[in-house]
Amino acid sequence: MNKTSPYMNPYLAGVMLGVVLFASFVLFGHGLGASGGVAKIAGAAIDLVTPAHTENSSYLVSLLRSSDNPLDTWLVFEILGVIIGGLISGLLAGRVRLETLRGPHISVRTRWIFAVLGGIITGYGVRLARGCTSSQALSGGAVLSAGSWAFMFAVFAGAYAMAYFVRKLWN
Amino acid sequence: MSPLDISASLGHVWQNVFYVLTGVAFGFALERAGFGNARNLAAQFYLKDMRVLKVMFTAIITAMLLIFWANLFGLLDARALFINPTHLWPGILGGLIFGIGFVVGGYCPGTALVSLATLKIDGMLFVLGLAIGMFLFGESIDAMRVFWDTAGNFGELTLPEVLGLGTEWVVFAVVLMALAMFWGAERVEQYFARKNKGEN
Repeated sequence: MNKTSPYMNPYLAGVMLGVVLFASFVLFGHGLGASGGVAKIAGAAIDLVTPAHTENSSYLVSLLRSSDNPLDTWLVFEILGVIIGGLISGLLAGRVRLETLRGPHISVRTRWIFAVLGGIITGYGVRLARGCTSSQALSGGAVLSAGSWAFMFAVFAGAYAMAYFVRKLWN
Repeated sequence: MSPLDISASLGHVWQNVFYVLTGVAFGFALERAGFGNARNLAAQFYLKDMRVLKVMFTAIITAMLLIFWANLFGLLDARALFINPTHLWPGILGGLIFGIGFVVGGYCPGTALVSLATLKIDGMLFVLGLAIGMFLFGESIDAMRVFWDTAGNFGELTLPEVLGLGTEWVVFAVVLMALAMFWGAERVEQYFARKNKGEN
């Protein structure tokens, strides 16, 4: 009962992801995105709570006021799809379960705190770098953008440099 | 000749349908790869499971080669594709910060969405953190606007331009580099597998 399937061979999964990325370039002329949709939805939520604040923020104005409906953008439609696709794959593999994934030696509460903290740091970095592992590293990487390759190596450098200090979280 | 203009031929609604479908395929591939689980992602940075590197670089060289060949055979106009503009210093600084957040939180934005989709509470909280971090960036950007806009701003800049080589040579070199990394990744995994066996 409830047997969990093993993950796909990483090279095969990579080919599948690469074909999806290529299809995106053929269909739309650009690659994949994940962080942009999160930024739009997060920005729209802030705007809903404090619309007056939006007008004082150059970031929110350019994020939300460039079109009539800031959520009517491919970035949002694509991440809706990502959630649906992730759910389908998870259901087929028996991996959909309300749980907290964590290293073997930390509590659920500690994991929650560091998940939020890591998200905050990543969210800041993603906007500073104008993109994430999807929109910069994968998409920009495939079309040989110099800045995207620099970003990608910086991500690995930052993660490896930090790994030692948070080793207790994962090992 | 592609890229296609779905909005012009089928309309805005259909274009959005295609975006959702592309997202579905994207999310499906990420979950299949094991990227809905923070432990698989974090393992990359302790050299125990090089899944992240293998999937990422296989995806990049697959898409890169398909684009290169499709362009060569006149099926795709590579010059019409969006190339991320190079803002070198904000990109590197942002990448370093991103990498720190990646190993602290265990996800990147796309993988966190897949984790959230499969009901992982840590994935949901990471996405909440993302929203907060983006808000904080928005609040602080005015203080570093000049740096963000101008530092290392080279516009559209590609590796063939930087290296002064033909695209075909850079494509070839990237494939060779990826293959060397895969070879190294397999060796590192074997080393840790043996070491763990010895300990038990």
